[in-house]
Amino acid sequence: MFAVSAAAVLVCMVLAMLRAVLGPTAYDRVLALNNIGTKTVVLIAVLGFVNGRPDFLDLALAYALINFIGTIAVLKYIEYGDLGASAPRETGTE
Amino acid sequence: MMGDIVTVVVWLLLLSGGFFMVTGSLGMVRLPDVFTRMHAAGMVDTMGAGLTLAGLCVYSLHDGTGLVAVRLVLVLGFLWFTSPIATHAVAKAALSGGTTPYTVGDARLRAGQAGAGPDGAGEGRTGAAPDSTRKAPAEDERGRGDR
Repeated sequence: MFAVSAAAVLVCMVLAMLRAVLGPTAYDRVLALNNIGTKTVVLIAVLGFVNGRPDFLDLALAYALINFIGTIAVLKYIEYGDLGASAPRETGTE
Repeated sequence: MMGDIVTVVVWLLLLSGGFFMVTGSLGMVRLPDVFTRMHAAGMVDTMGAGLTLAGLCVYSLHDGTGLVAVRLVLVLGFLWFTSPIATHAVAKAALSGGTTPYTVGDARLRAGQAGAGPDGAGEGRTGAAPDSTRKAPAEDERGRGDR
C-alpha cells in the first residue's frame, strides 16, 4: 500500500515540475519548487516504509529544513536582488 | 482482527492523502495565476502531506515502533509551520514585484478572447498593463488557448 502512495507522490511531482518549467513568472517557479520539496519530504518518508527502514525519517526532517531555508533565500534574492540586504520599510500596498 | 482494522484505516488515510495531493497538483497546473496556484499548493501541503503522514503514523503505532511515530509527528508539525510562512513570503514577493491578482474582469476578458472577440480585447489588456510582470500571465493564457 505504500507503493501506491509513493506512485501518487511521484505523479504529483511530475505535475509540479511541469508548472516549474511552464511558469510564466519567477514566483510560479519558486512556488512549484517549494511544492516539489514538500512532496520530496513525503516521498522520503513513504519510501522508508516501502523498504521497511523508517530510519529515513531523519533525512525527511533535514530535507524539510533545507527546503524552507532555500525557498526563503531564493525569494529574498528575487525581491531585493541581494542576499545580504536588510529589508527596506514597505511604503506600498499591503 | 485489530490488524485488519488498522490496514483499512491506513489504506483510507493514504488514499485520501493521495487524492488531495493529485487534486492540488492538477490545480497548480490548471489555475490561471500565482495567487490561485498558491491556493492549490496549500492543499498539497496541508491535506495531502498531512493525511499521508497520518497514515504512516497509524501504521507505525500499530507496528510497535513508537519512536517512528514521534518523528513523523515532528516532520508533520514542521511542514505545517513552514509551508504557510513560505507561501506568505511568495505572495508578499509577488505583490511587491508588481504581479496583480487574477480577477473576474480577467476571466471575462479571457472568455471574450475565446469567443469571436473582434473588439481587440487582448491588445486592450496588454496596453492597460505596461509593466512586464503584468504581461506575463496574459502570454501564458494565450499559450493555453492554443493548446
